[in-house]
Amino acid sequence: MTDVLNPTHVHEEDHGHEEHHGPTGILKWMTTTDHKVIGMSYTITAVMMLVIGGLFAEIIRAQLASPNAGLVSLAQYNQLFTMHGSVMIYLFAGPFAFGALANFLVPIQIGAPDMAFPRLNALSYWLYLTGCITMLSGFFTSGGAANFGWVGYAPLSNSMNSPGAGADLWIGALLLTGFSAIFTGVNLAATIFYLRAPGMTMFRMPIFTWNMLVTGILILLAFPVLTAGLIMLYCDRHFGTHIFSVAGGGVPVLWQHIFWFWGHPEVYILALPFFGMVSEIIPVFSKKPTFGYKGMIFATLTIAALSLGVWAHHMFTTGVVLLPFFSAMSLLIAVPTGIKMFNWIGSMWRGQVWFSTAMLMSIGFVITFLIGGITGIYLASPPLDFFTHDTYFVVAHFHSVVMALVLGGMAGLYYWGPKMTGFLLNEKIGKSQFWFLFIGTQLFTFPQYLLGLRGMPRRMAVYPHDAQWQFLNQLSSLGAALIGISTILFVVNVVVSWKKYPAGDNPWDGHTLEWFTTSPPPHHNFYRLPKIRSERPTWDYNHPEHKALAHGHNNDGVNA
Amino acid sequence: MKTESKILLSLGLFFGIMCAVYWRWSVENAGGVMMFAGMLLCFLPGSYYYWWSRRMKERPEDNPNATQEEGAGFVGTFPGSSIWPFVLGMGAFFSVLALVFGIWFLLPGLFLGGWAVLGGSGEGRRGGKH
Amino acid sequence: MESTTLPPQDAPIRKRRTRRLRLIAALPIAALALAGCTLPKFGAVEGDTTSSQSVFHLWQWFSVAAVIIGGFTFALIVWAAFRYRRKSDDVIPRQVQYHLPAEVLYTIIPILVIIGLFAATLVVENKVVANPKTDVTVDVLAFQWGWKFTYPGSYALVYGQTTASPEMVIPAGENVHINLRSSDVIHGFYVHDFNFSRFAQPGIKNEFTFNALKTGTFFGQCTQLCGLYHSLMFFKVKVVTPEAYQVWLKSFNTPAGIAAYNAAKNASSQQTSSHVDTKPTSSSGAN
Repeated sequence: MTDVLNPTHVHEEDHGHEEHHGPTGILKWMTTTDHKVIGMSYTITAVMMLVIGGLFAEIIRAQLASPNAGLVSLAQYNQLFTMHGSVMIYLFAGPFAFGALANFLVPIQIGAPDMAFPRLNALSYWLYLTGCITMLSGFFTSGGAANFGWVGYAPLSNSMNSPGAGADLWIGALLLTGFSAIFTGVNLAATIFYLRAPGMTMFRMPIFTWNMLVTGILILLAFPVLTAGLIMLYCDRHFGTHIFSVAGGGVPVLWQHIFWFWGHPEVYILALPFFGMVSEIIPVFSKKPTFGYKGMIFATLTIAALSLGVWAHHMFTTGVVLLPFFSAMSLLIAVPTGIKMFNWIGSMWRGQVWFSTAMLMSIGFVITFLIGGITGIYLASPPLDFFTHDTYFVVAHFHSVVMALVLGGMAGLYYWGPKMTGFLLNEKIGKSQFWFLFIGTQLFTFPQYLLGLRGMPRRMAVYPHDAQWQFLNQLSSLGAALIGISTILFVVNVVVSWKKYPAGDNPWDGHTLEWFTTSPPPHHNFYRLPKIRSERPTWDYNHPEHKALAHGHNNDGVNA
Repeated sequence: MKTESKILLSLGLFFGIMCAVYWRWSVENAGGVMMFAGMLLCFLPGSYYYWWSRRMKERPEDNPNATQEEGAGFVGTFPGSSIWPFVLGMGAFFSVLALVFGIWFLLPGLFLGGWAVLGGSGEGRRGGKH
Repeated sequence: MESTTLPPQDAPIRKRRTRRLRLIAALPIAALALAGCTLPKFGAVEGDTTSSQSVFHLWQWFSVAAVIIGGFTFALIVWAAFRYRRKSDDVIPRQVQYHLPAEVLYTIIPILVIIGLFAATLVVENKVVANPKTDVTVDVLAFQWGWKFTYPGSYALVYGQTTASPEMVIPAGENVHINLRSSDVIHGFYVHDFNFSRFAQPGIKNEFTFNALKTGTFFGQCTQLCGLYHSLMFFKVKVVTPEAYQVWLKSFNTPAGIAAYNAAKNASSQQTSSHVDTKPTSSSGAN
């Protein structure tokens, strides 16, 4: 391990950056501790999980396109939606949110040479990869994969109702990915607290880094709770305990309390990184600074704080939770989310908006999240939740928000992909991908809102013909097909553009530190660092005559 | 480190207030216990940072007028490549498979895990390879 | 504390902009006013019980707020995207990064809206979870994968699995009290036309009351994943006149009916063990 020195000089041949006698080929990948390689590995693995989870979704939608369809059996259907949800949430969205782009970007955005604990970072990736293998291998067991929903409610998930290795593999996979996430949370917090470059005060960090810090803290608060619950579930299944079963004096609803105490912060752990991505992309493509920087940070912290107090809004219909408390807390989260939304609009306002693929995806994110967020407000009201719970209204709500996250993730890939790989993605294919994804998302979700209001419950393998739900289901399946096409377009774009259009250091005239270094960045990230006097060090360096107006917030009263 | 400590302490305070309101008002205990633990988890590093921030001198990254030269010198040790995370990952993988396929999986699991702990600590002491 | 003093030539632009914003906001409100006092349904149904109607009205008011706020925000996004699309590559716009009055405004207004929504929620919630004096009680037992309805104080017993779709008969216009339990896993008791659902859980007795307005047959279904035949766990609620209800109840006082009732009672006493009966939850949450 070499000691890394701060790159204060302009010379480029310092400190043995070029002398790599390390391993090559696959051994190099197995022994890497470089956050950039790990971030890239996370990205590729997560996108593969997105494709697998998406395949499950397409089969589900094909089944639901006609009533009483026989494409898959009842048992297979239960496995399909369980694994679709599990793969998408545990194996795609989470790791992509805090392991992929965050791993790559956070050290560079604060001017650090790597994460604080590089070997722990690598361990996180191996735990994640083995977690993926563990969960998916459930399909190869005799009883099939887990089939009790991605939430695994007790008593359905106990050994009597769900015997078989598939359920235990599901638990094991979540233990592995859970620890992977916890170690990433440690790394994020430690890196951001201790490895910032000179002049990079906390209130000059990019919004993405701020969001990753808060995500890291949320991970540390929430994931251990899930891990404990999983261990309890495993003990109930195999060691004869009765934590969640009435027969032994246990309380089944305790599983829901524990699960959702993790589960609700989890959805903000998923969302905050994408909020951060979009918060960076919109100002860059409007040629303006982030609007309301401090308000954004305040909103992020408020969302994180509130998110730990709303878990039982997933349990309103159990009849044993304190309805007004959780209703009030859940309604309150709308306020900081609204602040963020208006700040995104404010960043565009009176700017010079450039509709690159990344910007289109970001605007698509904002619109889709607006819809999903507003339908969440309905669900925060117990009387309204009583008749929409476990119907397609809820399914549509959370798919609106997660598809918004996918749009945001695609924005991030188009924006930072060139920094990570050194080449630009084709903009024409990207824009058609956007339209398929955006229109597909709305076509997919809107019929489901109506289906829920017309009484169609979720997790139904077949539905009766005389319920007259077929037309709306067909529309939704068409939307899903469009989303599938958009994913194919993305893969095509990566293949077609591979190493074709060199990106250069700063193709987008970006604001933050990662745009000051090469694409991809060198070993230990920087040959030299600029003076840092605001949250836009690269912009200030490139456009010194266009600093952000008013010195009060960023420059701490100092004219640089 | 004042900002860092303030973030954690105010989060902890918020959780404490939420916990107090919830515990007074609700009929179940699990949520109260979990929120209380969350409060403690924020207070622990938060108060450590607060205590430390009053005793340390200003770091270059907390100084809004710092120049890059002020941060010159040793930043940290960053192991360039290491097999031990992979070995430990495999150890964890096999140990988890023991939960599913039988306790004998713990044999390779704990062996690989133990080997990685020893090897990794040794690598840390020795300095490891770049 | 307010934003930096703007040069004089910016004042007309700001006035124009706020006037435009007010116009955008006025449109949905005007549309609603034109629609008269009857609000659209926004996709929901009035339903057949007294509380379902209150829930329906709450849905409508939430939807009004959603349309106004969502429509306004959506219009802002689309407007900003079109109006401020780049005209040339070289122009760098004014680097504005905050506007305290606007930021305060869009913090305060959502808080006020939320308070209003919460107040409306509490009113309706108290109605839905209320526990008035009841005339009829039905014990509902959910199990994998069907329903059993018994009526304490009578020999009435309705039992059916999956698509047999057992029918719960209740009188119109009377307070019907449901005791909801499960004997195995968690199920969901959901009747679309009552705008209501509630979990049936082992070890917990959930209680709720409703009052059906009109006669008719309403479909119900299990909504909480409960295993293999979850998609087929149907039931029906048949609302009849009080006279017809009494006739139906007495029809079980035959030797065959009494024997069936006793057989079912003996079977179920072996099924579940300890029950933790909780009092119905009121809005204060106190037991």
